[in-house]
Amino acid sequence: MARTKLSRGVAVVGAGMSKFGAFPGLATRDLFVDAFKEMLASVDKGLDARDIEALYIGNFSSDLFEGQAHVAPIMADWVGLTPRPATRVEDACASSGVALREGIIAIASGLYDMVLVGGIEKMTDLPTARVTDTLATAADVTYETPAGFTFPGLYASMATAYMAAYGAPLEAFLRVGLKNHEHGALNPKAQFGQRISDIMEARKASAAKKGKPIPTWVDEMAFLMDERANPTIAWPMRLYDCSPISDGAAAVLLVSEELATRFSNAPLYVVGSGQASDGATHDRPILTGIPAAQRAAQMAYAMAGITPADIALAEVHDCFTIAEIMATEDLGFFAPGEGWKAAIEGRTARTGDHPINVSGGLKSKGHPVGASGAGQVIEIWKQLRGEAGVRQLPGSLRFGLTHNVGGTGQTCAVHIFERR
Amino acid sequence: MSEISFTGTAFYEFLKEHKLMGSHCPHCGTVYAPPRPFCPTCMAADLEWVELSGAGKLASYSVIAIAPTAMLEAGYGRENLYCSGVVELAEGTRISAQILGVDVAHPENIVIGTPVKVAFIERGEGEARKTFLGFEVIA
Repeated sequence: MARTKLSRGVAVVGAGMSKFGAFPGLATRDLFVDAFKEMLASVDKGLDARDIEALYIGNFSSDLFEGQAHVAPIMADWVGLTPRPATRVEDACASSGVALREGIIAIASGLYDMVLVGGIEKMTDLPTARVTDTLATAADVTYETPAGFTFPGLYASMATAYMAAYGAPLEAFLRVGLKNHEHGALNPKAQFGQRISDIMEARKASAAKKGKPIPTWVDEMAFLMDERANPTIAWPMRLYDCSPISDGAAAVLLVSEELATRFSNAPLYVVGSGQASDGATHDRPILTGIPAAQRAAQMAYAMAGITPADIALAEVHDCFTIAEIMATEDLGFFAPGEGWKAAIEGRTARTGDHPINVSGGLKSKGHPVGASGAGQVIEIWKQLRGEAGVRQLPGSLRFGLTHNVGGTGQTCAVHIFERR
Repeated sequence: MSEISFTGTAFYEFLKEHKLMGSHCPHCGTVYAPPRPFCPTCMAADLEWVELSGAGKLASYSVIAIAPTAMLEAGYGRENLYCSGVVELAEGTRISAQILGVDVAHPENIVIGTPVKVAFIERGEGEARKTFLGFEVIA
């Protein structure tokens, strides 16, 4: 970490995403076109797309999910940008968070003035067992998956370590899911934009319609604690602790800082970027947090010259509810072992003092893995510019943060954006 | 033994012989299981194979209901739950393994820190036989 600053400033001047969800008949390129169009429309002063000089596309595994490798040139072609260099970035679920960093570095180097960063994934064509197998290729297939570990299983094992270390109850995890569904209900792009209470009432109505006994859950927590309503995937992670299987794409336009106001009335300046790597889950000094996230966050805060208290909102990688609780600690919002209490106290809700995942997060918005990191930037873009509609956070928001994890923390990318 | 490379293939060949093998750094003394070819503690590259005691304690676990294809084929799933975990070995290193002898019907009763010992799980017949790493609770 000898150098903590970029050689040249970089800004976001456009950002767009497809709807996240399950879209039979749509391939990654189709979703990417949707994201690209929304990105173009978001550039305040207009853009000639031919000025884009290079593309960095995050994608985990179109190879296995849709039988299509070598996806970056296809994306360039489908938005009319060949023969510009188009590079795929693969770091599992952090693919587009890392693609973002590569785009930032490319502009900071002085080689390019304008770069398109994308994220794409198409997961819903495969049956669940094969999706599970494909996701498991992001773990260590020599030494982790032979133990029977799945992705939910690996995060669940961190949850048991966390519960044992800090006395966290199951309720803490369920509160994260409840909160993110509350947030996602305000986001029209969300895959599961329903409140848990809405899902519960729908289940009751469905039972009544079929003439079956109507379940008597007294509240959402009772619903979430009911094994029949919320089955265990990998204990202690249940269905509503897990992000869904999703399709989606996102696109972010980066320019050098001196060009920012030529394109945008309200650019977001990239003031912090950090990335770190790590070994298999079992090989880390702690199982109750993600060391790569801690390190990436330290790098990003050092570059930005700010502290966690300065962050107005964060989009964090809640692939599982335990992951959000650990993220709020790894990012320094709460001390180790305090994140679960903050979740229960509502401090991470949109009305709390550390709003987390006001988009609905991966849990409710959806988790098309290679698109998730870039997708997080779209929420920061909207919120810092005051364009988030019904879910807009109040007040003048200056700094927003994204936290994108690959695997169980073999990769983490953290970025900080500033509205000046 | 150090003429055998520190590969995953070698690790599982040893496991077939019911040996849990790691690597040992002769310079800083750190033991690694899974075995590593390169010591990240002191950057030495001349590590040696070492047989581990097989004693350890449970560091984390999950009882898994939605199983991957390989575990479904081994008969596990929603109706036949199994436990996977991370074990901290007596030598100080940690490794992932299936955990046997725990009450998978009551995962909340499984205790982190529980002493375990190595178990060798055989699956498949003849040429297809493979040995998987397990640990079982010491009765």
